[in-house]
This record gives sequence, structure tokens and C-alpha cells, in this order.
Amino acid sequence: MQPRRQKRLFAIVLVIGLLTGAVAAMLYALQQNIDLFYTPSQLVDGLGEGKIKPQVGQRLRIGGMVVEGSVKRDPDSLKVSFDLVDTGPLVTVIYEGILPDLFREGQGIVAQGVLQDATTIKASEVLAKHDEEYMPPEVAEALKGIKHVPPSQQPVSGSY
Amino acid sequence: MIVEAGQLALTFAFALSLLLAIIPLYGSFVANPRMLLLAKPLALGQFLFCLLAMLALIYAFRTNDFTVVNVAQNSSSTLPWYYQITASFGSHEGSMLLWVLMLAGWTALVAQFSKALPLLLLGRILGILGVICVGFIAFSLFMSNPFERSLPFFPVEGRDLNPLLQDFGMIMHPPTLYMGYVGFAVAFAFAIAALMGGRFDSVWARWVQPWALAAWLFLTLGIMLGSWWAYNELGWGGWWFWDPVENASFMPWLAGTALIHSLAVTEKRGTFKSWTVLLALAAFALSLVGAFLVRSGVLVSVHSFATDPGRGMYLLVFLLLVVGGSLLLYGMRMNSVRSQARYQLFSREMMLWGNNIFLLTACLIVFLGTLFPLFHKELGLGSISIGEPFFNQMFYYLTIPFALMLGLGPWVRWKQQQFTPLVKPLGLVFVAALILALGVLASMQSVQANLALLGMLLGAWVGVSALAEVMLRMRQFGSVTQGLTKLNASHYGMTLAHIGFAVLVIGVAMTKTYTEERDVRMQEGDTATLAGYQFTLVDVYDLDGPNYGGQAAELDVRKDGGYVTHLHAEKRFYRIQRTIMTEAAVHARLSRDLYVSLGEELPGNAWALRIQVKPFVRWIWLGGLLMTLGALLALADKRYRRKTPPATTQEVANA
Repeated sequence: MQPRRQKRLFAIVLVIGLLTGAVAAMLYALQQNIDLFYTPSQLVDGLGEGKIKPQVGQRLRIGGMVVEGSVKRDPDSLKVSFDLVDTGPLVTVIYEGILPDLFREGQGIVAQGVLQDATTIKASEVLAKHDEEYMPPEVAEALKGIKHVPPSQQPVSGSY
Repeated sequence: MIVEAGQLALTFAFALSLLLAIIPLYGSFVANPRMLLLAKPLALGQFLFCLLAMLALIYAFRTNDFTVVNVAQNSSSTLPWYYQITASFGSHEGSMLLWVLMLAGWTALVAQFSKALPLLLLGRILGILGVICVGFIAFSLFMSNPFERSLPFFPVEGRDLNPLLQDFGMIMHPPTLYMGYVGFAVAFAFAIAALMGGRFDSVWARWVQPWALAAWLFLTLGIMLGSWWAYNELGWGGWWFWDPVENASFMPWLAGTALIHSLAVTEKRGTFKSWTVLLALAAFALSLVGAFLVRSGVLVSVHSFATDPGRGMYLLVFLLLVVGGSLLLYGMRMNSVRSQARYQLFSREMMLWGNNIFLLTACLIVFLGTLFPLFHKELGLGSISIGEPFFNQMFYYLTIPFALMLGLGPWVRWKQQQFTPLVKPLGLVFVAALILALGVLASMQSVQANLALLGMLLGAWVGVSALAEVMLRMRQFGSVTQGLTKLNASHYGMTLAHIGFAVLVIGVAMTKTYTEERDVRMQEGDTATLAGYQFTLVDVYDLDGPNYGGQAAELDVRKDGGYVTHLHAEKRFYRIQRTIMTEAAVHARLSRDLYVSLGEELPGNAWALRIQVKPFVRWIWLGGLLMTLGALLALADKRYRRKTPPATTQEVANA
């Protein structure tokens, strides 16, 4: 029975070793790849009970409605900037590249990017769902209980 | 009338599935052969009525019967006829009916092609499939009826099929994928039936293996088609996004891959029994998890259907019942099962065990990565997303040891293997792989220490090793020509599937490393250069399709002054759904794809275009295709068609 035990022991040690390694690597990778989701008001006011604001340079996701009339294009390149809103302040997103097919003013979108300053995000990716009435669920939640007004009719604050 | 007949047919199918779930199982416990014999006609009848229901739904779509809610919401009179047929499974309700039809189809196939099975076992297997059918037909009938009418008020025109689904890939993708998902129900039923009877041996494994292989074949093909479709239709040039729904299909695939390998051990050596049974349960349970994730709306994804909490709850309860019930049975019965076979540390058994560990670790990573955001949100910690880099990084770490082991595995004997006899052939394989990998990269003038080199090395190692191994086995029969016919079809199948994996790894590594991508602003006559190719925008004009308008761009591609090809990219606007869709222009070669998609119109008579040169991207799907063919070859093996088992467990164990 000796070799059998030895084999069992080896198997168990191998499993535990692999599992520990896998979990450690996974947690490390997870830690680096979790992107918190913010709405424009959460970005400005802070998230959760502690009102934690994101730091400049942090990777994050932002979701909101594109403010009508805020889309500005650079005439010579694919640089574009637009504002997002949910219930309060505006946040500016800058992006270079092709916007998704369903990107439109007044439409809900999600952008993935890096915070450049307190209210500006440099996006690496802009997502719009293939559905006309799509609103990111988090935005829908933030708007819950509030009468839905198209962003164009919302009181606009800030210098835009 | 036809629609009501369809509804009636589905109701009959439900009644038959109830009988199938009760009579044979009861008969198996009271040892009543007449009850057991009823299983086959019930299974065939159930399939027939499901088929009639599906045909009735297709009829409603073809005749533009907009009084049916499902038709009104997912079709229109301007939709081409072939898309009208595929629209019948484009919605949640329709796809659920297709799912049910496939399930009934697998059940009927088991009933028809299992003459070698003992009556008791067959009755139980069909009875368990009947139980699963009851769950899904009831779901289709009561929770998501595809035949619902909206009388007395109905629209004169339908809302058209989602333009994303108007593509050849979409005609093929869902049926193949569902065949795979549902196919694992058969392996599941075999496992449960065996748990009831307590018989697990190599004969049992040989009965299950072809069904598991067939399900795996369809799932592989379905996932590959989905990837190919996304590449052509989404306009980003990506082939895998780690989207929750993609992950939902990948998890049962990983578990299924582990299952077919573990079944091989159970068949050849009569060991790994409890492990194999657990994998059979897991593969189907993960298919159910996938169905739940897609149809409950708990996760946001491009694929998800319109959400309804009631449906999600039903599926969750069904999933918990299936998983809970089968695990309970497993826990009660598995104690008594013992595997006797002995094997050493360096043996085929241990290699396959390692294969299973890696595949299940991969499965666990995908599972956590997919569900972690859900838990995070439910715990009130805020919404998060887990990006592609997480999955890419984890799979990078997993693939390296996995591929190294895969090159070694087929050479190792059952029970025990000495190191020394393998040193010379594997050394030669390694040298050959090294020369091959460096040669290919040198011909592209890009030998660098990067992902491409690693992928090429691993791919060549697996591929060359698989080829060399099969040549060696042939030579054992005398000469290669003699061995050609002597070797089992399943051995060739394995070799082909392993080569498929090698091709896939090479494709992924090369595409990831050498893809060049540029978003450019172009006016007519402008030229953009990328990776040595000159793309000239010749013309942009308006389109006029049957149910869409939009623009098309014509481009000429040149390289080193010579004409390469002409590309035609479209941006379609589907009038009824008011949706814009990108139809990318692709010029495909084995060594590279040229990929252009048309973006939005910019001020100043210009267009945004995304231009990509993607080396070896075809290899990704070629790899998937080779794996599918490998499974097909293995299915052709004669030993799965023998009427009576030629060897008893004892003989196999002593062999």
C-alpha cells in the first residue's frame, strides 16, 4: 500500500498547491481588473456611504445619458468629446475612434476609461447597447422615482 | 387554426413527457417490463408533437400572422423568407421552443439507437430525460408561450427581426449551440440512471461516450460559429469578448471536454468512476446555469433576451432542483463505488487527471469572473465590471502548462511509463517544433521574445507531437500503410482534435501579437496605410436593401504597388427597428485577414473607417473546426456500434 499512499499524498499536495496558486493568481488579477461603475453624480459626489471619490488616473466605468448638443468633433481627426448626465452634474468624456452604431444624443451609454481630472474621463471604449431604449441599469436605478425627462430638457448646470 | 394546432401539439407533447417521466421510472422500480417498453413510443411521440409545434410556429412566421405576439415582435412582411424561418427562434419564446424540440430530439435518438442497452437502464435514461422535458416544456407552455395571440387588436406590420440576427451565422449558431447544451442532458441522464442502478464500468462508459462526444461536437461548432458571427457582424474585428453569455457557453464546454477525457479513463481502465459521473452532472448543470444567466436578465450582455423576473425564478428553481437532486443521489450512492485499478505517478491516468484539473480550474475562473460582479452588486458593494485582461491573463497562465502536458499526454502508457524510452522521440519532437516555430516567425521577419513566439512554440509542440505519436502507433503495426487501417477511428479523432487545439493556440497568439488596427478619417480618394497595405477609399454610395437602407464604401487595397483586392463595407440602417448595423468587409487568407468596417459620417464629406490587418485570425476558427472534425471521427469508431459488449469489466481491467 506504500506506493498507493505516496501517490495519494502527491495528488493531494498537487491539488492544494495548484488551487492555492490559482486562487492567489486569480485574486491578484481580479484586484487589478475590477473597474467600479459610476454615474456622473456619483463621480462628482462620491460613491456609497463613505462618499469615496475616484482618484485621478483611476480606471473606471461611467454610464449616463449623452447630453443633447454636447457632442463636439475635431474636424481633422476622430477625436470627439461629449457630456454625460444622470440626475445632477455633467461629466465630460473624451474619446478618439469610432463611436458605436447606436451612439446618439439622448441615448444611454457606458464608457470605460481613465479619470483625467475631477469631471473628465478619457475613454478607451464606448459601449451602446443594441436597443433603442437602452439605459444602463445603474443609471435606470439612479433615475428611479424621478420623472424621466429627456436630458435636453434638464436644467443644465456648469459652464456648458 | 394552424397556430392553435401548434399550441395543442405542444400541450400533447407536455402530456407525453409527463407520462414518460412517470411510467418507465415507476416500471423500473416495480420491475414491470411492459411499463419500461412504453418509454420508446412515448419518447418518439413526444418528439413528433414538439416537431409539429415548431412547424406551426414557422408557418405563422411565413404567413406573416401578426395576431401572434411573437411574430409581430420579431418578424415583418419585408423580411426575406429565410430570415422569417430563423426569426421563429430569434426571440426568447421561439428559442425556448427550439430548445424543447432539440431536447425531445435527443431523447428520441436515445430511444431509437440504444438497442444494445438493457431494458431497465434504457427505461430509466428515457424516464430521466422525460423529467427534464417536463420542466422545459412546462416552461415553454406556461411561462413563455410562443403561440400567444394579441386578439382582438393586432398590428398590420411586424416590428421586424433584430438586425443583428439577420445573418447566415445566426441561422446556424443557435441550433448548433442548443444541440450541444441540450446534448449534455443525455450524459446527465446516463449518469443518474447509473447512480440509480449502481452499475459503473467500462461498458457503461462506452455507452455514454458517443453521446457525450456528439454533444461536445455540437457545442464546439456552435461556439465557433458564434465567434465567427460576432467577428463579421459586430464590426469591431473581435472574436471573443468574455461576455457573460459567451462565458455561459464556455463553461459547459470546459466541463464537457473534461468529461470526454475522463470517460476515456473509465472506459479503458475502469477507474475515475465517481469523477466521471460528477463531470457528467456538472456539464449539464452548467448548461442550465447558462440558460438561467441568458434568460433571467441578471447579467447585462449583448445577447440577453428581454427580461422577466418570473422566468428567471422558474429557471433558478429548476436548476436548483436538478443540481440538488442529482448531488443528493450522488452523495448517497457514490460511497459504494470503488475503483480497483492501480496506476503509477507517471501514467496516462495521471496525465488525464491533470488535464481534468486544468480544465476545471479554467471553468472555475470563468465561473467566478462571470458571477463575481453579480455577487458584488447583490452584497451592496457597488457595480463593477471585470475586464477582458483578467480572463486573458488567467488563460495565459493556464494554457502554458496545459499545452506542455498535452504534447506529452498521448505518449504516456496506461498504468506506468518509464521516462527513458520517451526522451529520444520527445526530444526530436521538441527540436522539430522549435525549428518549425522559429522558421515561420523568421519568414515573417519577427523573431522576438513575445507572445507570438510562445504561442508558436506551444502550438508546434502540441501539433508535431500529436502527428509523431500517431505515426509511431502506425509503425507498431508493421508499416505506416498497414497501421493506417488498424488504428481506431477514435485515435485519429483524438489526434485531429489535439492538432485543432494547437492551431487555435497559434491563431490566438499570432492575432493578439500582430494585429494592427487604425481608426481613420477618410474622404473619397484618401489612402491610409497599415502594415504595408494601402487602403484607398474609392466610393461611398447609398444602399437600398429589402428592409434596410444605408451606405456602402468601396475600397481598393494595394501592397507594394500591386493590386490586392477590392473591399465592400456596409453600414445598414434597418428601417423598421430603426437600428444601424455594420457589415464589415473581410478579405480572408490563411495567413491574414484584411478587415474594414465603416463608421459614422463626419462633417466635411468624410467617413470614419476602422481598418485592421489580422494575421492568422482564420486559424482560430480552423482550430475549432478541426476539433469538431476530430469528434466526428471519434464518433465513427466501430466500438461504439457493437451490439453486445465483447469484453466484460474484468477482462478490460486485466488487459
